[in-house]
Amino acid sequence: MSQVLAPAPAAASSISADAPERVAKIALIGNPNSGKSSLFNQLTGLNQKVGNFPGVTVDKKTGISHLTPNLRAQVIDLPGTYSLYPKSLDEKVIIDLLHNKKSDFYPDALIITADASNLKRNLLLFTQLADLKIPAVLALNMMDLAEKHGISIDIEELQRELGVPVVPMNARNGSGIAALKILLSQPLQVSTSSFFEIPEDLLVMVRQIRYYFELSNDYLALHYAHQYQKLSFLSEDDKEYIAELVKKYDFKSNTLQANETIARYMRINEMLLDAMQVTKAENNEKQSNKLDQILTHKVFGYLIFFGVLFLMFQAIFAWASYPMDMLDLGIATLNSWIQSKAEGPLIDLLTEGVLAGLGGVLMFVPQIAILFAFIAILEESGYMARVTFLMDKIMRKFGLNGKSVVPLISGVACAVPAIMATRNIDSFQDRLITIFVTPLMSCSARLPIYTVMIALVVPETYVLGVLSLQGIVLMGLYLIGFLAAIFSAALMKMVLRTKERSYFIMEFPTYKMPRWKNVGLTIVEKVKAFVFQAGKVILAISIILWVLSSYGPGNNMQVAEQRATVEAQAQKLAEQDAEAHIAGQKLEESYAGQFGKFIEPAIRPLGYDWKLGIALLTSFAAREVFVGTISTIYSVGDSENIATVKEKLKAQKDEFGQPFFTPARAFSLLIFYVFAMQCMSTIAVVYRETKGWKWPILQMLYMTGLAYVSAFAVFQLFS
Amino acid sequence: MESEQKSVRDLKIGESGVICCLNDPEMSLKLLEMGCIPGEKVKLNSRAPLGDPITIIVNDYTLSLRLDEAATIMLKA
Repeated sequence: MSQVLAPAPAAASSISADAPERVAKIALIGNPNSGKSSLFNQLTGLNQKVGNFPGVTVDKKTGISHLTPNLRAQVIDLPGTYSLYPKSLDEKVIIDLLHNKKSDFYPDALIITADASNLKRNLLLFTQLADLKIPAVLALNMMDLAEKHGISIDIEELQRELGVPVVPMNARNGSGIAALKILLSQPLQVSTSSFFEIPEDLLVMVRQIRYYFELSNDYLALHYAHQYQKLSFLSEDDKEYIAELVKKYDFKSNTLQANETIARYMRINEMLLDAMQVTKAENNEKQSNKLDQILTHKVFGYLIFFGVLFLMFQAIFAWASYPMDMLDLGIATLNSWIQSKAEGPLIDLLTEGVLAGLGGVLMFVPQIAILFAFIAILEESGYMARVTFLMDKIMRKFGLNGKSVVPLISGVACAVPAIMATRNIDSFQDRLITIFVTPLMSCSARLPIYTVMIALVVPETYVLGVLSLQGIVLMGLYLIGFLAAIFSAALMKMVLRTKERSYFIMEFPTYKMPRWKNVGLTIVEKVKAFVFQAGKVILAISIILWVLSSYGPGNNMQVAEQRATVEAQAQKLAEQDAEAHIAGQKLEESYAGQFGKFIEPAIRPLGYDWKLGIALLTSFAAREVFVGTISTIYSVGDSENIATVKEKLKAQKDEFGQPFFTPARAFSLLIFYVFAMQCMSTIAVVYRETKGWKWPILQMLYMTGLAYVSAFAVFQLFS
Repeated sequence: MESEQKSVRDLKIGESGVICCLNDPEMSLKLLEMGCIPGEKVKLNSRAPLGDPITIIVNDYTLSLRLDEAATIMLKA
């Protein structure tokens, strides 16, 4: 029964280089805040890969660790958990993996991390894992912190009690890593101790399950009885079999789990009586408490938090624009260089389709990097827990979570990194609601549209002498977006009617200095995830959009070009204006132009014509494209200059010779863009974060529907 | 269970009590796992500015939870 597994047998090194090397699988598991990710980073460095566990929206981080120069192991980082009875979807991944020996990821050995300064609670998970009889080693982390708190641990004694090797370490500075690696390169044993006696009266049932499923031990069989409904690898028949047994033997799962937990704590207390000495327990939290008196103060707490938010917002909004402008310029320069060297449809596809799309993907990298630098620091330092603590009561009213604040506010800069930041929300439902409503916050890409339309119809007057009317309208738009976000969240909370119970119960970590290596690796991980996963979708859509606006049915576009050239010469237009005129005429004949005309009946009630229809289509790539497109359609030569665009738009006449851009039309457009999901990058990132098309599609339908109805109401009301 | 029995919710800041039992079967497992075990000493450490959530010290570490969660942790008289 006790299997002795050698992770990648030592013989592997003596086998010739081309023989397939068996790489041992090691799973890293432990409580949240037990230094698990620091240890993972120390073991694997940059050799990390993010995938996902089959069927769920949980990231699977794996990495290769070199245990000895010629012995490698694959390390899987499992979600942090306090016990083997999962409370969240993230934690469910763990039992799906550990309870299924046939799983591709079933580990040969476990590294169980424990926070030495909070050993009692951390050992609960350890004892459960040890009773599953998987070979393991205990990484006793944060030894320095424990020492500071006056906790001394007798490693020898602990090792004897636990029956597995114990490595004292400090993953933050890397001490103990070498010892851990040496241990892992040797064959590991399963624990010789048992930490929980299954009650006699359960054994009959437990044994039946054990033999039916051919399990290696009773405790695993007990887990099948407790959690068969959550184990995705069991067939319906298997579940039915257990369900009948559970009913027959009147198996009270909740009570039994509670009793087991209490029994385990009693056992842990006994073990620690000899192995751990505490000299000054009362001092533990003092320093953190002092900081908390300021950081969670009812005035200063919020002031400091809003200061942090402001700084973060500034950083994404302002600082990121420098690298973004450079990227933009770089891509533009590269494109014109290529175009000056060669010509033809393929070159156009490469420059205006592929490279422009690639630029569109890379454009987000600075924002993502900056936002995640902030978030990683907030998480690592322990401040994020305080943010949640400060904001929970307010956010809960709207079906959100204290942690939803950061994504929501970041959404004002850009929804893409903001949605990626929802990863930090533990409850799946809260995370989903936050993802769903974040794009309603007015992002920076909406600003160009707001500016042009407001300049067009709102007079440059001042209210009460000091407040600019245009400024008030602009603020109003941001406010509408914010209100739409929180009320949509409240609505969604009612609709979703949760099955998963949401807890707030969480560890309030002490303040720590952030580990810069962890911050750096977080940034790399997030940027990679975005570029390789969401980036594919963005690139594909931008190429499709480019094709739609560059090609038309038959030879319509060539005809339009020739006609426009003749017209331009007849009207003696300046070179820039002539080019603009030709581009406008060509766009009208393209597939995008056809599309605009096709949807015109649908958007006429909102006050739009087919020209705006084209802009709606092309600005799906990114909202700011709207301004560029209407500049092309209305043949504005210099689209960089807001004043020129404004003059040109003002001159547009409707079929009765009246100005086309009436306040009704402009406000209808403004409201449309406040609500509409006009952003393929957001869709791509929601797809990546929810691991499926269901939510991005629902979200797009909801936002577009909201935009359509509101714009309709506004247009009818004003005209 | 008498209604007058105190819970962690009723503690004042800095006040301590001893856990007697947990009265919400579903939540109790989570609380037990987090170290709120009958017989353990628990101290109310702080309240969020809006009164909810709170932090408590149990088992030598700080735990934060909502008031309605704290109300399920009953104290010995």
